[in-house]
Amino acid sequence: MSSLAVRRTKDYAVKVISTGFAVVALFLLVWILFTLVQKGLPALTTNVFTKMTLPPGHNGGLLNAIVGSLMQIGLAMVIGTPIGLFAGTFLAENGRTSKLGHITRFVNDILLSAPSILVGLFVYAFLVNPFGGFSGWAGAVALAILVIPVVVRTTEDMLNLVPVGLREAAYALGAPRWKVVTMVTWRAARAGIMTGILLSIARAAGETAPLLFTSLGNNSWSTDMSAPMASLPIAIYQYAGSPFDDWVALAWAGALLITMSVLFLNVISRLVLSRTK
Amino acid sequence: MDATLTSRPESGGYAGDIRTAKPTGRTADKVFVGLLWGCGIFVLVLLGLIIAMLFRGGLPAFAQFGLDFLWTPAWNPVTENFGALVMIYGTIFSAIIAVVIALPLSFGIAFFLTEIAPQALRRPIGVAVQLLAAVPSIIYGMWGFFIISPLMAAYVQPPLIEWLGPIPLLGALFQGPALGGGMLTAGLIMAVMILPFITAMFVETLESTPPMLKESAYGVGATTFEVYKNVSVPYGKTAMVGAVMLGLGRALGETMAVTFVIGNATRLSASLFAPGATIASTIANEFPEAAQGSLKLDSLLALGFILFVISFIVLALSRFLVRSNLKS
Amino acid sequence: MTSAVDPNLSVAAAVSARPDAAPAPTKIKVENLNFYYGQNHALKNINFEIPEKRVTAMIGPSGCGKSTLLRVFNRMFDLYPGQRAEGSVLFDGVNIVGKELDPTIIRTRIGMVFQKPTPFPMSIYDNIAFGVRLHESLSKSKMDERVESCLRKAAIWEETKDRLHTSALGMSGGQQQRLCIARTIAVQPEVILLDEPTSALDPISTSKIEDLIDELKQDFTIIIVTHNMQQAARCADYTAFFYLGELVEVAPSDVIFTNPKQIKTRDYITGRFG
Repeated sequence: MSSLAVRRTKDYAVKVISTGFAVVALFLLVWILFTLVQKGLPALTTNVFTKMTLPPGHNGGLLNAIVGSLMQIGLAMVIGTPIGLFAGTFLAENGRTSKLGHITRFVNDILLSAPSILVGLFVYAFLVNPFGGFSGWAGAVALAILVIPVVVRTTEDMLNLVPVGLREAAYALGAPRWKVVTMVTWRAARAGIMTGILLSIARAAGETAPLLFTSLGNNSWSTDMSAPMASLPIAIYQYAGSPFDDWVALAWAGALLITMSVLFLNVISRLVLSRTK
Repeated sequence: MDATLTSRPESGGYAGDIRTAKPTGRTADKVFVGLLWGCGIFVLVLLGLIIAMLFRGGLPAFAQFGLDFLWTPAWNPVTENFGALVMIYGTIFSAIIAVVIALPLSFGIAFFLTEIAPQALRRPIGVAVQLLAAVPSIIYGMWGFFIISPLMAAYVQPPLIEWLGPIPLLGALFQGPALGGGMLTAGLIMAVMILPFITAMFVETLESTPPMLKESAYGVGATTFEVYKNVSVPYGKTAMVGAVMLGLGRALGETMAVTFVIGNATRLSASLFAPGATIASTIANEFPEAAQGSLKLDSLLALGFILFVISFIVLALSRFLVRSNLKS
Repeated sequence: MTSAVDPNLSVAAAVSARPDAAPAPTKIKVENLNFYYGQNHALKNINFEIPEKRVTAMIGPSGCGKSTLLRVFNRMFDLYPGQRAEGSVLFDGVNIVGKELDPTIIRTRIGMVFQKPTPFPMSIYDNIAFGVRLHESLSKSKMDERVESCLRKAAIWEETKDRLHTSALGMSGGQQQRLCIARTIAVQPEVILLDEPTSALDPISTSKIEDLIDELKQDFTIIIVTHNMQQAARCADYTAFFYLGELVEVAPSDVIFTNPKQIKTRDYITGRFG
């Protein structure tokens, strides 16, 4: 046995090191944010929001990429949210005991952490290749596939927090199932479900890999979903890797924009959840 | 009380014979329940489709090269000779580096968040650590490429090459010019990315330790760290291994952050500093140059299938470990 | 009061105040009812009649099957796979156990109030209107009338009339429980099931609910599950004692609490177990 003094010193040392690690993690976050602000803010001019992506040296912006991102994310949410909501409800309502429920929950957990680039590759093989090439539709479908498991997971978790008594009380009034779920259970869990939806928007907004082989990117103005479509992450990827200083600066501006939006959504979703608890 | 209010209204509409009363909303219920099942099954089918499409897409490559595809180190678009060995090695090696770096940090931060930090600070600091997971992976790529790589090239790699390079065997890991990128840099950046996932699951597991267990350990005079090491961690061991597997699974499939820093060289090299490639980075990089219907594209899809299989195994194992702890 | 056993004095006093054990037509008749949770045989061959517009209490130690039986009456067990009932429960002569009748219809006739208050996450008004809208389409003014009459019947109108459109979640526990009663009667059931309706409430709220039960039996047949024997003695015209899934004894409350026939009943009400 080590003596008390040695044990105390060891305890103290570990506490100091652990606190240090936590400080390191916070420092990393601050460092990343600082870098983004330092490099992105000077480049974040009105041009970014008013001009298209242009060849280097032409004072271009990111308007088409921003609009393209918003359109693809919007469509992805329109496709992914209802499917995720219903599948999550399925797990909470029917999936507690059924075998199909257990398997679906397992599959959803895999989808939640599966490499997003493979989702892009899948949509390429499934939609792009057989149906006439890269398109905003394909990009939105790829993002929807990333949205679904996030919504499924949070919906199920949040519905499981709704007291059984509340559901039974609605059934006891003679309510059919769809009314119990839509008017009582969903409503009781709405803050939590909203959180899941916000988090899934954040996830879709930051993803680059699944768009590489689906909507591809587009350097000119296009709101045609059936044509290749620009997006912020793809524009950042293209610009950041280029040898042109003004393009790299624009990439930082885009990076700042996207990170702030994503962090904002994350913080908001946490606030929504904590306010109702 | 008003008499008219206490009497039963006649216009109930459903006050007749219970045997002939029509239930309302039965059709709507069938449609609704059908939708629930349909969407649940859709999630299942989705995963099946992803596996099937990747396999089908990669089939020509598997047909051409057979199982040799798995351990052929070549990746030559000119001679159309493709193999996955370099990328499989890079994928697994870089992910393991990430886990090795992230693990002690996660242990420390979880200890800090569950035992040391004042109650009022736990949530804000916990959220801040979680925000690291929210930063998009392309941002990590840029940060790695523009900030970390130059620092590695200037301050980390040269001394390591100088001091550890000459050692036999171990020295093989520390060879070559200090370019800044490579396997170690990729692993380092992925470590920051998976750190929040591992930490969050550690904290969740540690917080589920029954207070009775901890209190009895404190009762016999154990220090905070001794209780952590001897009670809390052993109690949640299975789930914590699961958490590490989840981190590994995430690192295996990471694309954008790696693509920026790993160097994308399809050569096999033992050095931590030499440019390398992972499956994901190769797919991202080489896809634009792969013509439709080419053997190269088939090989990329085959690579995707292999990555899926590896990820699936790791993630399934992780989930099994985490859930088995929850049940007990 | 003369009795062979040594009754709990306050229980006896409460019973002596009850006038209403006069005969009444049967509303619900339970015949050879068995109930299973998977392999677990929870109710064993229950035979039992519940009189119309009377209060019937079901008492017994935890796990005796009294709540289970209550949940058979409105087919609540249908929600859970693995739970099944055999035998029959005749509601005005119609068997309501079995697949012929849709449970939503039964539940509009047989309402239920739960142990913990279960206000829906919506306004007080909408809590009442929710159930009504399921079965009737009323005009705005008719709905307003219905809401008011139900809140009055549940003795909560005065407290809520100025905040009908605020969330029901902001009410106190006792108010929430009376709201739940109002919500149940708004659907105009014939029977109201009360599952330990006061066990989560303070004594003042409890006595308000008990007064309410007395009022409600003019219009409704009431079945109440309770752990509190004084409550059964105070509120119920008839009391049924359950033990280990069997119905041990059912009789007018004054008989059961002063002169039970079964030794088990006597032991339970005198506090020897349970």
